[in-house]
Amino acid sequence: MIKLNVNGQAREVDVDPATPILWVVRENLEMTGTKFGCGIAQCGACTVHLDGKPVRSCSTPVSAAAGKAITTIEGITGEDGTLHRVQKAWIKAQVPQCGYCQSGQIMAAVALLEKNPRPSDTQIDAAMAGHVCRCGMYNRIRQAIKAAAGQPATETAA
Amino acid sequence: MSRTETDSTGKKGKWTRRAFIGAGVVAGGALVVGVAVRQGNPIDRLGPLLADGKDEQLLNAWVKVDADNIVTAVIPHVEMGQGVYTALAQMLADEMDADWSKVRILEAPADMQYVSDSIGRDFLLPDLEVPALFEPTVAGGILELAQAMGLQFTGGSYSVRATGQRAMRTAGAAAREMLVAAAASEWQVPASEITTADSMFLHAESGKSEPFSKFALAAAEQSLPAKPRLKSPENYRIMGQPKARHDIPEKVDGSAIFGIDAKVPGMKYAAVKAAPVVGATVASMDATTAKTMPGVLQILNMGDFVAVVADGYWQAQQALNSIETTYSKTEGDSLDQDAIFARYARYLDEAGEDDGDMETEQGDAAKGFAEAAIKVEAEYKVPFLAHATMEPMNCTAWVRDGKCDVWSGHQAPVNARQAAADAAGLAFEDVTYHNAYLGGGFGRRSESDNIVMATRIAKATGYPVKMIWSREEDMAQDHYRPSATSRFRGGLDKYGKAVSWSNIHTHLFDPKDAPTVPYYNIASHRIRKVDVPMQLRFGPWRSVDHSQHGFFIESFVDEMAHAAGKDGYEFRRELLAGSERHLKVLDTAAKMSGWGNALPEKHGRGIAFVPSFGSIVAQVAEVDMSGPKPRVKKVYVAADPGFVINPDGFTAQMESAIAYGLTAALYGEITLGDGKVQQSNFHDYPMLRINEMPAVEVALINGDHKHLGGGGEPGLPPIAPAVTNAIFAATGKRIRELPLSRHSFA
Repeated sequence: MIKLNVNGQAREVDVDPATPILWVVRENLEMTGTKFGCGIAQCGACTVHLDGKPVRSCSTPVSAAAGKAITTIEGITGEDGTLHRVQKAWIKAQVPQCGYCQSGQIMAAVALLEKNPRPSDTQIDAAMAGHVCRCGMYNRIRQAIKAAAGQPATETAA
Repeated sequence: MSRTETDSTGKKGKWTRRAFIGAGVVAGGALVVGVAVRQGNPIDRLGPLLADGKDEQLLNAWVKVDADNIVTAVIPHVEMGQGVYTALAQMLADEMDADWSKVRILEAPADMQYVSDSIGRDFLLPDLEVPALFEPTVAGGILELAQAMGLQFTGGSYSVRATGQRAMRTAGAAAREMLVAAAASEWQVPASEITTADSMFLHAESGKSEPFSKFALAAAEQSLPAKPRLKSPENYRIMGQPKARHDIPEKVDGSAIFGIDAKVPGMKYAAVKAAPVVGATVASMDATTAKTMPGVLQILNMGDFVAVVADGYWQAQQALNSIETTYSKTEGDSLDQDAIFARYARYLDEAGEDDGDMETEQGDAAKGFAEAAIKVEAEYKVPFLAHATMEPMNCTAWVRDGKCDVWSGHQAPVNARQAAADAAGLAFEDVTYHNAYLGGGFGRRSESDNIVMATRIAKATGYPVKMIWSREEDMAQDHYRPSATSRFRGGLDKYGKAVSWSNIHTHLFDPKDAPTVPYYNIASHRIRKVDVPMQLRFGPWRSVDHSQHGFFIESFVDEMAHAAGKDGYEFRRELLAGSERHLKVLDTAAKMSGWGNALPEKHGRGIAFVPSFGSIVAQVAEVDMSGPKPRVKKVYVAADPGFVINPDGFTAQMESAIAYGLTAALYGEITLGDGKVQQSNFHDYPMLRINEMPAVEVALINGDHKHLGGGGEPGLPPIAPAVTNAIFAATGKRIRELPLSRHSFA
């Protein structure tokens, strides 16, 4: 059994320690908000936080989470259902289309703003360029991050 | 107490207004009023599927009202990010005078009653150009073909302009008229004195007011409106408004359920690998290692693919990776990339001046070219493309006791249900299909190969199995956007006016008008195609053939302009002379972009104009060529879809189509080696990233509220030529082959 801390809850799972966090979260813990996109850390859809830092859960073995806190998309909404300011900004900017990449995008944006409350366009690019949005909602993602940071939108990309 | 509205004409295949509107009462006494999509009353079967709570009443096949006066729009299309749930609900709610804050949305079950294209062109679609994809269903023998083909299709940028414009609005208006008639009867006042707003009736003179739900049951007794009256645009209150999308809140907290998220008790997981060359089968399989790997339950040689079923997906995929397979030989084994374009060239050469299939002929294009003062010739090529939806293909199935349940996200749920029935060897009625959100569709999820595979696996195991394709499998087993070659000859007179347009190209799928340019005023047109046999699987890819021909046509128009010594925008203005609606779109995009104003060094502007799927779109791209590769800085878009139901949603579709089309223009290329697809994941099939996304400015034009165009696709075709025309403006280098990553700009 492997002991995990997921979204503040202590959990135990009986899996091969080499199993990527992604599949443990989705299948063993039945939390499907975290998505499988590429399996090789190229698209960002599977992004979760390990001690607050964004990691690609498809390529991170669950053994790496020992003694650390895993946070998934299900863990950033308050217990009373209050949305995170990034989630609110996402709704305001009407960011998602198909929505499949958005858990990963939001987790990356939350981690970015934790580290850097007022990111520049270049810093947003650096934090978000590992995330594919096949529906191409990049301008709205940028706009939502800036809104969540309390910054005015920039008209043009960096 | 029940009434049934059966075929009032008595003749199958005859469509009258009455045949489309029915009313009845389902078990428990709940009211049902429906706009039937085909002959006969569909209500008896639909009622149990939709009435999911006590005290709820079905108001019609596309709407129900519960005791709390909540209006639920039943949407016969699927949500894949295009915002169709919200736009269609807006159309219904507006006609019904429903309270938008109390409108809910339910996706229609995968039932034949919702076959959206059997609405009947002679009745509900008199002036709609039906995409060829739907032609067999819409054009006669509607019922039988609809059942055979199982169309409940979302694609062709079709939902708003067909289902919305004809069915959702009609349903809303019919419901409202019957409700008002019921209120008039109860209050003993003329119906004309009753007004409706926000799901309430109001009688001004007496001051009476009641919610719709109050008279919903009584509405069943009212006569069926033969021709519900639709609003004119000045009375729209919900249509035309940028309403927030209903599906977005659950897409920001991880609760939205996609096909891949299906949960079935006792479910196991399957990883699959299909023969890498289409038509090949598994010749040998060595699973010695796989059998010993943890969690592995079954290893299946299905002939055309190998499946490993395990306790978890990762275990299944690891075991699958250890299996060594060989495949049967096929003719396609020798196919490689150069051979494909050589084959296209050979077929085009062989067609010569006279062979091939004539698509358009007007005037004498050959004579026009021979006599032209200026002659232009060019050949263009585009590659195969994968869809690469963010959600890899998947499907969960459970076949047991003569029944089958299937869970996935599909653009044509009825198709999926039929495919599962066939794969399971069961009747359509024995299959329940559960549709979920689509993690991207773009045409890929109109195919049912994943449904068939999962059902076959589930049939072999007997227990529920979730099959997930790896990204590598998704890339290797797509139904690709075809590659194509297109050759042009254009003639200009001594004033630089276009007089002759000849084109011959490989391949035509859909829509049939994609290679044609009827909006350009050129004296003679001659457009032909040659079919080239190809072993790769093809499928619709966002904007379908417009994705190739938009690039071909708008590149060649630019070349003709240049040969005439004219500006690309002014040249197109001449070609569109007299067509005010087209000119307005072109002019708007040019004006927004500051066309003609100076740009920094090594920057260029390019313009492209492509009407498609009933919408007219012009784009101007601004490109910076000072670096080693093109940097698209900004795209200005003017679009006229007739009337925009949801401006923010439509704008988002323009942004999205630009990103999708720009990804393809910059990087998109599926190549073959030894018959196999050579790309496998996002490292060798790159995607546009946030740092490459241009700013996008969109102007929307409501040019003709009676004839609506689509939104999901028309933003795509102009982007590639706008960018390559801008590259020409900046560098003098003409791009005749995509993607741009094939070219050096150093």
